[in-house]
Amino acid sequence: MTQSVQAPMAVEVATHPIEPAGVVAAGLPGVVTDFAADKQAFPVPWGKAMMWIFLLSDTFIFTCFLTSYMHVRMSTTVPWPNPSEVFALSLGGEPIPLILIAIMTFILISSSGTMAMAVNYGYRRNRGRTASLMLITAAFGTTFVGMQAFEWTKLIVEEGIRPWGNPLGAAQFGSSFFMITGFHGLHVSAGVIYLVIVALKVWRGDYERSGNYEIVEIAGLYWHFVDLVWVFIFAFFYLW
Amino acid sequence: MAAHEGTTTQHPIKIYLWIWLLLFVFSAFSYLVDYLHLQGMLRWSLILLFMFLKAGFIIAIFMHMKWERLALKLVILVPPLCLLVLIALMAIEGDYTFLTRGTSFTQEQVTGEHH
Repeated sequence: MTQSVQAPMAVEVATHPIEPAGVVAAGLPGVVTDFAADKQAFPVPWGKAMMWIFLLSDTFIFTCFLTSYMHVRMSTTVPWPNPSEVFALSLGGEPIPLILIAIMTFILISSSGTMAMAVNYGYRRNRGRTASLMLITAAFGTTFVGMQAFEWTKLIVEEGIRPWGNPLGAAQFGSSFFMITGFHGLHVSAGVIYLVIVALKVWRGDYERSGNYEIVEIAGLYWHFVDLVWVFIFAFFYLW
Repeated sequence: MAAHEGTTTQHPIKIYLWIWLLLFVFSAFSYLVDYLHLQGMLRWSLILLFMFLKAGFIIAIFMHMKWERLALKLVILVPPLCLLVLIALMAIEGDYTFLTRGTSFTQEQVTGEHH
C-alpha cells in the first residue's frame, strides 16, 4: 500500500527490528519485512503478481531461444547470411537495409506508448480514453503482425529460406529466424486478442461497476513485455 | 521523482510521452548503427548500449517497476541473472564446436553435408 518512506536503508535494521504500526519499511529492511512478516508478501493485486511471474517464465523461454540461436551461429562453419541485406526492402528502386524491421520496431514502441497511456487513463477511471487507447494499441499490434506476415512471405517465396536450409548461407538461419520471430509473433497475436477483449469490457463498463481497473495494468504488463522481447530480438537477430 | 512514490497509479501522461520519445530516439540510433555500417567493438557496444537503455526504460517506467517494492523487484529481476551462466556456457560450447568442426571437417565435407 504505502511505499512512501524512503528509509536510509540497512542502518534501520539494527535500531528498529520491528516496524511501528502503520510505517512500512523501505529498502532492504522492507524486503525482510515483506517476506518475513505474517502477511501477504507482495502488496499488489494477485493478478499482477501472477502476470509478473508468468513474464519471468517467458523471459526464460525467449532467452533459451536466443541462446540457442547464439550457439548455432557461433558454431557453424558456413557464413551466416547478412541480415542487413536479407531484410532490405526496395523503396523506389534503392534497397534500404532493414527498413521494414525498423518500421516494425517503431510501430511496436508506439503501441507500448499508447498502452502505457491506456493504463494511466484506466486508473483515472476514464472509460472512453482507456478503451480507445487499448484499441489503438491492438491496431498497432495487428499492423506489426501483418508486416511480419509480409516479411515471412518475402523470405519464403522470394529468398527461398526454409527451416532446414537456404541459398544464402548457414542452414541454421532459417530455423532460428522462424522459431524466434514466430514465437514472438504468436505472443503479439495473443496480446492483440487479449487487449481487444479487455478493451471491450472496459467500454461496456464492467470495471466501472467494480471500480477496479487493475486488469488494464495487467494486460499492459504483458504488452510491454512483448515490446521488450522485440528490443532483444532486434538487437541480436537483426543488428548483430 | 519523490512525487511519484506511493502508488503506481497517478503519474502525469507527460512522463510516458517522454519515454516514448526516448525509445524512438534510441531505436533510431540503433538502426543508424547498421545503416552507417559501423563494425567491430564500436558496433557491438553501441547495439548493446541502446538495447539495455531501451529495455531499462520499458521495464522501469512503462511496466512501473521503478515504483514497485524492492521485494517484488528482486523476485522478478534477480532470477534472470542465472541465464547469464547459460549464455556463458553455451558461448564456450559454441566456440569449442566451431573449432572441432574446423579441424575435423574439410570445407567440401561441410558443404556436402548441407543438401
